Amino acid sequence: MVIYILEALGKEVIRVLEIAGRLANLVGETLYHILRGRINNTNIFRQMAHLGVDTLPIILLTMLFTGMVMTMQTAHEFLKYGAGSTVGGVVSIAMGRELGPVFTGVVAAGRIGAAIAAEIGSMKVTEQIDALRVMATNPIAYLVVPRVIACIIMLPLLVIFADAIGTFGGYFVATKYFAISSHIYTSSITAFAEVNDVTGGLIKAAVFGFIIAIIGCYKGLCASEGAEGVGHATTGSVVTSIVLIFVTNYFLSLMLY
Amino acid sequence: MIKIKNLSKTFGTKKVLEDINLEIPSGEITIIMGPSGCGKSTLLRMLIGLEKPTSGEIWIDGQEISGMTETQLNEVRKKMGMVFQYSALFDFLSVGENVAFGLRQHTSFSEDEIGKTVRRRLKMVGLDGSEHVMPAELSGGMKKRVSLARAIAGNPSVVLYDEPTAGLDPIMSSVIDKLIIGCRDRLDITSVVVTHDMDSAFKLADRMAMISDGRVIEFGTPDQIKESANSLVQQFIHGWLSPTLKK
Repeated sequence: MVIYILEALGKEVIRVLEIAGRLANLVGETLYHILRGRINNTNIFRQMAHLGVDTLPIILLTMLFTGMVMTMQTAHEFLKYGAGSTVGGVVSIAMGRELGPVFTGVVAAGRIGAAIAAEIGSMKVTEQIDALRVMATNPIAYLVVPRVIACIIMLPLLVIFADAIGTFGGYFVATKYFAISSHIYTSSITAFAEVNDVTGGLIKAAVFGFIIAIIGCYKGLCASEGAEGVGHATTGSVVTSIVLIFVTNYFLSLMLY
Repeated sequence: MIKIKNLSKTFGTKKVLEDINLEIPSGEITIIMGPSGCGKSTLLRMLIGLEKPTSGEIWIDGQEISGMTETQLNEVRKKMGMVFQYSALFDFLSVGENVAFGLRQHTSFSEDEIGKTVRRRLKMVGLDGSEHVMPAELSGGMKKRVSLARAIAGNPSVVLYDEPTAGLDPIMSSVIDKLIIGCRDRLDITSVVVTHDMDSAFKLADRMAMISDGRVIEFGTPDQIKESANSLVQQFIHGWLSPTLKK
């Protein structure tokens, strides 16, 4: 019985180490190609449009309501203690530091990460990755590098929009439903919020972009045969990216603020 | 010339190919045939470096490729092309972009020159004017022809075909056969064709190799194969239920 448990444990450890090794290899090879300057700009712009721009509407919608509900809860409590004049600052700091990057990361993991895993996974099972290799083209340089760079650039840009629309949503609720004047709301933002609140969030977003792209590519490249394999790769990519975003966010917050 | 020496391939504990020795002459069409799962496609994949052999050597135009790194292999692959069983066209690129892919990646040709080559190759496979069509809009036979145009766009000396007529109607199979023969005759391409379509195999072959249970059990010209004394070869080429049951 003990041997059976130890065997099962050993197999699991080996499996996890294999995954970590393959992921580390992919990260290493991706960074190698980036540092060597083997970058296809056309491909990067295509991915930036495909992955980033197309994600903007859902980010705007999500963050608008996040800002509104955040303000609703904050203003409701703060007004009881006569701290209504700090609502704008609290909402904008929360948006810049945590809500903007994390929510954008989560939405992007569902939209962008899934798209990357599904696209590369279906290329894998239809031998298109092999076709790239046969045509003397490195799949990591051609497929992974442009997606990683596009996500690292696009996530911070999306977060800028997310922060802005979230803060606007807060402004709307604060002024319309809690009768906080627009001057008080905006001046509390300038009084409390600092540039570091936004730049820290943008650094987080770049890291989340890297995580989403690399996990999506990894899951796609490891997809097993058939439609089921692509499905597993896609869901696996979303779940893993979201978990990693939350874990990484904690440590980044410790370091940045 | 492609030379395969004592080649073996094992996946886990399963031996797929064992001690394969073959010499594939330049400018000829060599057919690799055998029952499903006998290792034909694995052999083809090893010839272009998609799989590493467990042991043995593969020589292509005087270079031993089995020990090469991916970067070294890429130099050899630039002189080769491959037509995949399900075509493997890049579905995010148009037909013209698929055919131009290798030229854009590895040559310094101008867009004008690339366009001319693409049109010439598409005309050769009977698909002139379809540069802007997306692969999803093509039939199976058309995809195979685009795949062939893509494989020969860079003037390779060797083209590998994995089941080129699988899933095609007899007329389209004949079209593909004619194109493969055209590639040999007009472009002097060495062709290695994996198939178990016997009609197609005998139409195409300059030489034929039969693989069974991971070993080459017969190699020769089509006439030699037809007259083989090996009962497995006779069973396979005639589609008999067993070596002794001729129905």
